[in-house]
Amino acid sequence: MNIEIILHAGLATGTILLFAAIGEVFAERSGILNLGVEGMMLLGAMAGFSTSLATNNAWLGLLVAMLAGGILSLAHALVTINFQADQVVSGLSLTFLGTGLALVLGEGLTGQHPPTIPIVDIPLLSSIPFIGSVFFSEHSILVYVGYIFAPLTAFYINKTRPGMHLRAVGEKPSAADTLGISVYGVRYFYTFVGGLLAGLAGATISLSVSPGWYSTQTTSGQGWIAVGLVIFAQWNPMRAAFGGYLFGMLRRFILDLQGPALIFGMTNPLYVNSNYGFFLQMMPFILTIIALVWGSRAASRKRIGAPAALGVPYIRGERGL
Amino acid sequence: MTSHPPPNAVANAVANAVEMKDIVIRFPGVLANDHVNLTLKHGEIHALLGENGAGKSTLMSALAGLYKPTSGTMRIHGELVDFNSPKDAIAKGIGMVYQHFMLVPTQTVTENILLGLNEPKFFMDLPKYDQKIRDLQEQFGLNVDPTAKIWQLSVGEQQRVEILKTLYRGASVLIMDEPTAVLAPQEIDDLMETMRSMTKQDKSIIFISHKLNEVTAVANRLTVLRKGVATAEGIDVTGMTSEKLAELMVGRKVVFRVEKKEQAPGDVVLDVKEVSAINNKGVRALNKLSLKVRQGEILGIAGVAGNGQSELAEIITGLRDCDGEILINGEDVSNQEPSVAIAQGVAHIPEDRTGVGSAPNMTIAENTIMKNYRDEPIGTKWSINFTEARDHARELKNAYDILAPNVRTMARKLSGGNLQKVILAREITTNPKLMVAMQPTRGLDVGAIESIQRLLLEQREEGTAILLISEELEELLTLSDRIAVLHEGEVMGILDAKDANMKEIGLMMTGEKHKA
Repeated sequence: MNIEIILHAGLATGTILLFAAIGEVFAERSGILNLGVEGMMLLGAMAGFSTSLATNNAWLGLLVAMLAGGILSLAHALVTINFQADQVVSGLSLTFLGTGLALVLGEGLTGQHPPTIPIVDIPLLSSIPFIGSVFFSEHSILVYVGYIFAPLTAFYINKTRPGMHLRAVGEKPSAADTLGISVYGVRYFYTFVGGLLAGLAGATISLSVSPGWYSTQTTSGQGWIAVGLVIFAQWNPMRAAFGGYLFGMLRRFILDLQGPALIFGMTNPLYVNSNYGFFLQMMPFILTIIALVWGSRAASRKRIGAPAALGVPYIRGERGL
Repeated sequence: MTSHPPPNAVANAVANAVEMKDIVIRFPGVLANDHVNLTLKHGEIHALLGENGAGKSTLMSALAGLYKPTSGTMRIHGELVDFNSPKDAIAKGIGMVYQHFMLVPTQTVTENILLGLNEPKFFMDLPKYDQKIRDLQEQFGLNVDPTAKIWQLSVGEQQRVEILKTLYRGASVLIMDEPTAVLAPQEIDDLMETMRSMTKQDKSIIFISHKLNEVTAVANRLTVLRKGVATAEGIDVTGMTSEKLAELMVGRKVVFRVEKKEQAPGDVVLDVKEVSAINNKGVRALNKLSLKVRQGEILGIAGVAGNGQSELAEIITGLRDCDGEILINGEDVSNQEPSVAIAQGVAHIPEDRTGVGSAPNMTIAENTIMKNYRDEPIGTKWSINFTEARDHARELKNAYDILAPNVRTMARKLSGGNLQKVILAREITTNPKLMVAMQPTRGLDVGAIESIQRLLLEQREEGTAILLISEELEELLTLSDRIAVLHEGEVMGILDAKDANMKEIGLMMTGEKHKA
């Protein structure tokens, strides 16, 4: 086991969670809880993989993956925004729908090898000892995109006019409405953005981090971890990115723990036989639960909570407006 | 305070600020406004009065672009307008200050003011706009720190932000929806001063209220709505009396002092003996408190909010544990389930009407049977007979004059007064021996306050023992036979309401024990 490898791999797998979680941050900041991330990711992973296979162009695959996630999210938007249905139920159904579609349409894709997103070194930066080899060399372009994506979204949400409108709609839609901001429009837009990013996260798996199509194993529940991360991150993109990388590294670390390999020069004391690996594979999900509890407790102490209107349909003219 | 005349010279030179003609607004099942006219002259303060649910807010929402009138015309500064959204109304200089503030609590004052505007285009250079807002504050005397987050501000300050929001958008017509309802007396004076200074700077104001003394203090003219119809259109405020206004609002003479019959109290119903309890924060809220309430007697509980009133109500109704004894008709009900208290004939009018007193997302019928759903004929062995339940609710709706389209209406759609009537109707039909009423008239309008107080007095005549907890001293003096003053969970003294005066009670509320 090598700390450099764990960190390097953690950044790569963390990028998946980063995109998905930031997408969900956008949707939830507008007041729409979308539990369909897993379904949108899987559909995106399949659509990206299959497009890349058909066109021999990984970038086109990426684009189609995003659109697939985005279009699926519009179903959630329609049901929860226009019809004011329960967001939890709709989100769960979206996961079933997305998973089902991906499995049917992805039939026969296993074992294929389409072009993937290029892996590059960043000139100069990659030659810095340790830091260069962990952060700036042999990463997919998407990992580098992730580095700048998180601060950009944080800036967008906190320091720009559309970001301020987004926050207002999620906290107090009636205030936004009375000032002429279209609550439905904003919610539709950011639910769609959440879908685009979930699709991108899916394609980040199938076209970059672990290329290939392995049916439901492709995402293996990472969409759910992303949803949990949003709470852990207290709806803050920077914290979502940090949490994504942390979980990525943990996953890699746990992967190493499953084998009899050497850890820091000694034999793995946790290795008994290969079947015990299943227990270790549960760890990310248990950690998700712990992070949720810890994160929400810290949040309530610091008076940072979920967006006040999260999960609440907006109907103009209800008592209390 | 005297009202000042509108600047007639200006008013005649230009068209009226607002002219609403024959406005009809219809919702499914409700005619909210029926051919209402309203003319707002330039530079005047025009009061719009009416009880809750009379259609004031609906009429103003139409002017603010939230609803489209079913028919009728609106002119702003002489120009015919047709609003499709609040944005259209804002563009024509209409600014609405909502009763329930339309502010984002997690954003700063400046952010809230800039919300929805096209400038700044993208990057929020807040310091630059903080300064712009400080300049605007200076012009109108509305001081509040632009960098503060809304949740850090007092209610009065939040209202100033709401006003600034409209002024920043260049509003020439301000609609203020019950702006004084949430304010302390000093803040109300400040607000009226601000309103006067705004009219001097070319603004016209529509002032929605049902507090009659404020209307006579600040407004020039007034319009009164009752059940969606205007009963007075643009009449002069001078010479108006509170009695006349109340009659226009309610449609009958309102007795400001309800009649209380002399009667001798009977046996002791509630006997609280040396009870102590802790509040939700784990701090002692009641400290060896003792009191008695007799048949046909109203014991008023006075005190500054948070001195143990809520906890007192809760231990009697079985919602909180305590040390000590609470005897109702001789039975100890302390530390028991609420059903034990209910079986002893305890009725509860809770402070929180929507959270505790009713289920907002259930119908009126369902809310009225919440105590007797087990009893024949509504409750059969295994099921609830909803036909019977609705008949029962319809009877109550008529008997208590509850205004609602029908008994299948959701409780959350009722106005405060009507919801309180639903709760009282439910509690009274159980023939209570003891009624615990907490803030039963808070936030209600004159007509509703009068009917709720009348119902409480009727119960007193029926021989019910009533524990009335209120922060309105006037109400306590009117209704109670005796008044107990609470301070930090202790009774400072019990006075006979006949010879109690406000000053004495006020002193006891601050912790001075009654010398007797």
